[in-house]
Amino acid sequence: MAQMNMIEAIRSAMDVVMDRDPNVVILGQDVGYFGGVFRCTDGLQRKYGEHRVIDAPIAEGGIIGAAIGMGVNGLRPIAEIQFADYIYPGFDQIVSELAKIRYRSCGEFFSPVTIRTPCGGGIRGGQTHSQSPEGIFTHVSGIKVVMPSNPYDAKGLLIASIESNDPVLFFEPKRIYNGPFDGDPEKPAVSWASHPKGEVPDGHYTVPLGKAEIVRAGNELTIVTYGTLVHVAVAAVATTGVDAEIIDVRSLSPLDTRTLTESVRKTGRCMIAHEATRFGGYGAELVAAIQKDCFYYLEAPISRVAGWDTPYPHAFEWQYFPGKKRLIAGIQSVMEASA
Amino acid sequence: MANKSRLHIPRPSARPGDEPDFGYLDLSPAGSIDKPSVKARARDIEYLNSGLVRVLDEDHAAIGPWNPDLDPEKLQVALRWMMLNRVFDERMWQIQRQGRISFYMQALGEEAVSIAQAMALRPGDMCFPSYRNQGLFMYRGMKLVDMMCQCLSNTRDMCKGRQLPVMYHSKVGNVFSISGNLATQYPHAVGWAMASAIKGEDHIAASWMGDGSTAAADFHHALTFAAIYQAPVILNVVNNQWAISSFQGTAGGERRAFAARGLGFGIPGIRVDGNDLLAIYAVTVWAADRARRGGGPTLIEAVTYRAGAHSTSDDPSKYRPKDEWASFPLGDPIERLKQHLIGLGHWSEKKHEALAEDLKKEVLAAWREAQKFGTMTEGPFLDPASMFDDVYADPPLHLNSQRRRMLELEQYGSDN
Repeated sequence: MAQMNMIEAIRSAMDVVMDRDPNVVILGQDVGYFGGVFRCTDGLQRKYGEHRVIDAPIAEGGIIGAAIGMGVNGLRPIAEIQFADYIYPGFDQIVSELAKIRYRSCGEFFSPVTIRTPCGGGIRGGQTHSQSPEGIFTHVSGIKVVMPSNPYDAKGLLIASIESNDPVLFFEPKRIYNGPFDGDPEKPAVSWASHPKGEVPDGHYTVPLGKAEIVRAGNELTIVTYGTLVHVAVAAVATTGVDAEIIDVRSLSPLDTRTLTESVRKTGRCMIAHEATRFGGYGAELVAAIQKDCFYYLEAPISRVAGWDTPYPHAFEWQYFPGKKRLIAGIQSVMEASA
Repeated sequence: MANKSRLHIPRPSARPGDEPDFGYLDLSPAGSIDKPSVKARARDIEYLNSGLVRVLDEDHAAIGPWNPDLDPEKLQVALRWMMLNRVFDERMWQIQRQGRISFYMQALGEEAVSIAQAMALRPGDMCFPSYRNQGLFMYRGMKLVDMMCQCLSNTRDMCKGRQLPVMYHSKVGNVFSISGNLATQYPHAVGWAMASAIKGEDHIAASWMGDGSTAAADFHHALTFAAIYQAPVILNVVNNQWAISSFQGTAGGERRAFAARGLGFGIPGIRVDGNDLLAIYAVTVWAADRARRGGGPTLIEAVTYRAGAHSTSDDPSKYRPKDEWASFPLGDPIERLKQHLIGLGHWSEKKHEALAEDLKKEVLAAWREAQKFGTMTEGPFLDPASMFDDVYADPPLHLNSQRRRMLELEQYGSDN
């Protein structure tokens, strides 16, 4: 076991699979010689060569389109999109091609591309470096969508994603690359060294796609969340003293509905929290899936805490970000509604 | 004072009721364009962007440096494939008009492109086609009955009823699955070719799109990537003058030929007579040879004419002169190869007619066979539960439960 932050864990995942499988290649902007703007691919080009860690031009549609063709020809490409906010030029290639090739060719052709992309706010990135577009992609049949919340899961889920024969969108919440974040930007940054999930095996292991994780067991309320907000939820629950069960969805699609519904049937209350905007968002699917199986167990309406339905404003980042205060208010309102 | 607009709105040379006018097409006499070494630098062969490589002259004789000197027997085979493509299209068009398939797209007038280029490639080379490349599938061994079953969405449909008619795919023939989204196949071909080079193999990739699709971002993505990494790929623009109702000027073809798009990327661009099977075969062999020797990509613009409607849903008499094809200076690819073979003494009108009759019989027999696997109205029918297959490698739980629900509703009706 080693201490790793999320960047090191993600790098280790790619290192492990590249070492085992010569067909794994990386393609993206600044990923090669420089090692990535967030350093996730640092050293990999030196180790595996320029034909396997390829610096690509600023053309996300081209990166994803070329990765698809490589995958059809037997490679297992990892495409890095430098920020999730920049994924849109590749949207047609993801939705119309990557997600559909297996289906339309009845399994004759497929392309096992993993798209890694840093997402989320809290780094003063303004509206073009802070977005959480996962809900746009969970709506698409034929791709899997993953977002880890810690180094251990990041490595295990990324290895599982790369080894999956289905295409995977792997969202990396960049605010927690270097340490867990409880939602308070005034506090000194915390590293992963003191967090149990900062312990990461050096070698190969997987965290299965399609499985949520119960981060904190509890009986009064279920909080369903993922990414950075997992840590904010832990802090908010500690402050309120409510005996909440916190579930890290991890695998947004396909969704581990059972873990969620079993929890809500037990607690009778549910709050969804995500950083992405609320309207038409992924939280709405969670609410629908949970109420269908838990309606008669619910003691209060399921509530949602999410980013406001505005673009991500640079100067008002902490008013926008669904931080500890908003989660506490959300927890209290669910508890009061059922009191 | 009102400003006069300075926008140029491209307009085709002729609209319905006008005399057809192809004066805008730059033509070169057959045999007049030099054939460079496959090692030539793109900037040293710029003349290939604007000239027109032609082998068959006005008298249907093969002349000049690009003459591939193909055996007459091979030319007869090529003629047969082009004729089969046309006869097949005619039959499928009629079948659609009878309401027995939902949709069809014919390659009328541009059959030489798919057949010549399929002949010039090796079986291990990968094709990323557009929707008018049925000739590639035929040449690479797909049975007519399988193509018809695809168009019927019946129990033998390779696409299991999931794709519009003509959106074929062939893993065994190395022809990729056709997408209805235009231009997306171009970067796939480049990525496939990059993978071939990464793996140290000498297979190359080829892709096709229309003149209209060159405006799409994926065209430019593909050329960028192909140029940067010198991918072993042939990128073909089938300039058939029309993208539904938009003439090629609407895609930006008025001032520079589409072949010239390559030069800015450092990619050789070759403008070729797309209705001259010998010429298009020769430039494709040149590009394939260049790619296999590590010379990177080539952009080929095949100048042809979409003689039919865009699809069965289109009516070109609404936007272009009805008889425009008759005035097209590059003629009909089948007629030209036929006359060439007759001139060589290896073909005759009589043989041609006999072959056409044989092909009609072959296509009709295939149609009779195809219907045995189901039609739109007569069984056997595909199992609708199969719609849930192949979304993922292994079906997730929610798809399994939707499959069960769909089957319940199919079985018991919607009151259940």
